[in-house]
Amino acid sequence: MAILGVAMSFSNRSQNYDSENSHVTISFNHFVGNDKLKLDSIIYKNDLGQSFTIENFKYYISNIHLKNTNGKDFNLNETFFINEDEETTKQINLKTIPKGEYTSIEFIIGVDSIHNCSGAQSGALDPVNAMFWAWNTGYIFLKLEGKAPASKSPGHVFEFHIGGYKQPNNCIRKVKLEFKNKLIVNDILKNQKINIKVDGLEILKKPTSINFEKLSSVVDHNNATMIADNYSDMFTIID
Amino acid sequence: MKNKITYSIFTLFILLFLCSSFFQENPFFKITSKDVELKIPIGFPKPKYTFKKNTLTPEVFSLGRKLFYDNLLSKDNTVSCGTCHQRIAAFAHIDHKLSHGIYAKIGTRNVPALQNLIWKDTYMWDGGVNNLEVQPINPITSPIEMDETLANIILKLKSNKDYVALFKNAYKDTVINSERILKALTQFTGLMISSNSRYDKYLNGKDTFSVAEKNGLKLFRAKCSNCHKEPLFTDNSYRNNGIKIDTTLKDIGRGKITGIEKDNQLFKVPTLRNIEMTYPYMHDGRFKKLKDVINHYSNSANYFKGVDSSLFKIGNLSEQEKKDIHSFLLTLTDKTFLYDRRFADPNMVQ
Repeated sequence: MAILGVAMSFSNRSQNYDSENSHVTISFNHFVGNDKLKLDSIIYKNDLGQSFTIENFKYYISNIHLKNTNGKDFNLNETFFINEDEETTKQINLKTIPKGEYTSIEFIIGVDSIHNCSGAQSGALDPVNAMFWAWNTGYIFLKLEGKAPASKSPGHVFEFHIGGYKQPNNCIRKVKLEFKNKLIVNDILKNQKINIKVDGLEILKKPTSINFEKLSSVVDHNNATMIADNYSDMFTIID
Repeated sequence: MKNKITYSIFTLFILLFLCSSFFQENPFFKITSKDVELKIPIGFPKPKYTFKKNTLTPEVFSLGRKLFYDNLLSKDNTVSCGTCHQRIAAFAHIDHKLSHGIYAKIGTRNVPALQNLIWKDTYMWDGGVNNLEVQPINPITSPIEMDETLANIILKLKSNKDYVALFKNAYKDTVINSERILKALTQFTGLMISSNSRYDKYLNGKDTFSVAEKNGLKLFRAKCSNCHKEPLFTDNSYRNNGIKIDTTLKDIGRGKITGIEKDNQLFKVPTLRNIEMTYPYMHDGRFKKLKDVINHYSNSANYFKGVDSSLFKIGNLSEQEKKDIHSFLLTLTDKTFLYDRRFADPNMVQ
């Protein structure tokens, strides 16, 4: 038993040693359609031809899962706050990636129900990030704010604050992205990168095209799941 | 010579004694580890909030107490939690229908008492808050209550050397963040436990009830305890208690949280512990006196549409029955809790 214990701890250590050196960086590249996202400046068009600019684009992603062909999947029960306005938040560095060949990445847009009910938290989930609803406890999963001349809100602004972890207003959406070429992590390929395109235009279309004239404010459960269905396909892999 | 030395030493001791007592904390406000022991009262269920990730210590509790009573939690430094949650009223707002917050703004709901909070699964009249730790964010950020931001409170605390020392003392490092502020407040409010009323003593054989009180308890158990379930005197459900919606407040209660129409006009069943002290009553404070509440429930002709069906079990009560129920409800006043020194404002001059 003692020998077995020693052998196990030895093998654990050697495996950790290998994986500690293996990093995978996920890079989130923000676009609106085919144009790079630039806050406050570029005028974009939705698929109804209405012009708009974007002032804020922020969201949470959680529970990253990398699928390994050898079964040693990588799982991370953590939430990341990604904010267009803060360059460093758009890169996530994953450490201790087991060796192998990875075929896909999965994560959720939003914050899982446990972390919506866990009380006071710090880091990405600190309420000072202003991604938190106090009156109806829960995190705002995604914020898209800007201006659209068609909007009838004061100042022609639009404001989409989407969140909700309970049925029937659950706005958590699962994302699964297959890699076109397998992502290989081994002794030589230790620093890999996953480039993800995040298309803000998808929030405004498919399945429901958003008409700014009719809908310029979503700040609670009303219409929230409709927008969540729209944003569920805003992520794609860039080769 | 010898006398002189003795005299000097004596004087020195007197001076030292005076100095030490001057710098020493007033024992009335001193919190010891015994003061922060979580004791589950006999007959109470397991609490929903467990302090598992918020270990109770005298230092963190004292920090929470200071924050609770500090006006700096509001934007213009005029309102503290203790402004509307008064100790003498079991931390409700005595004689205020709706509370007034910052800039003399009037709120929309009656301030609930703070007691036995760790047995609740949700907070606020509409149950919108799912964890005791995040509850204070509501009054702090509400533009009609304290109108402040967590980020600005952190700045204020960081520039206050007393708080910097208190945080360091409580958490062993100098980090001041929202998690620590909220958890400290939770230690203070979470230990507000009322379980030593005459009713509790009567059940434990340590007190006697008058005939009226005994009869009141019997009537209460037959007619009221369906919703006001013992020993917490609430079943933590949301119900329509048959009062007409106030057309100026237009408060739909639970429906605003769930977005489900059948939840409109439902409000959380409040506890009845210390009910004598928490007047006025109902979510909008419309009833001044306890007997007004009893009168409302004891005649189904008062009920508005959508009323919870269980209210019809009450039936019409005689004047004697009403009096007896009233007598019983007064036995829920818990002086041990109301005068518990641990919850007193440490800024108060003794």
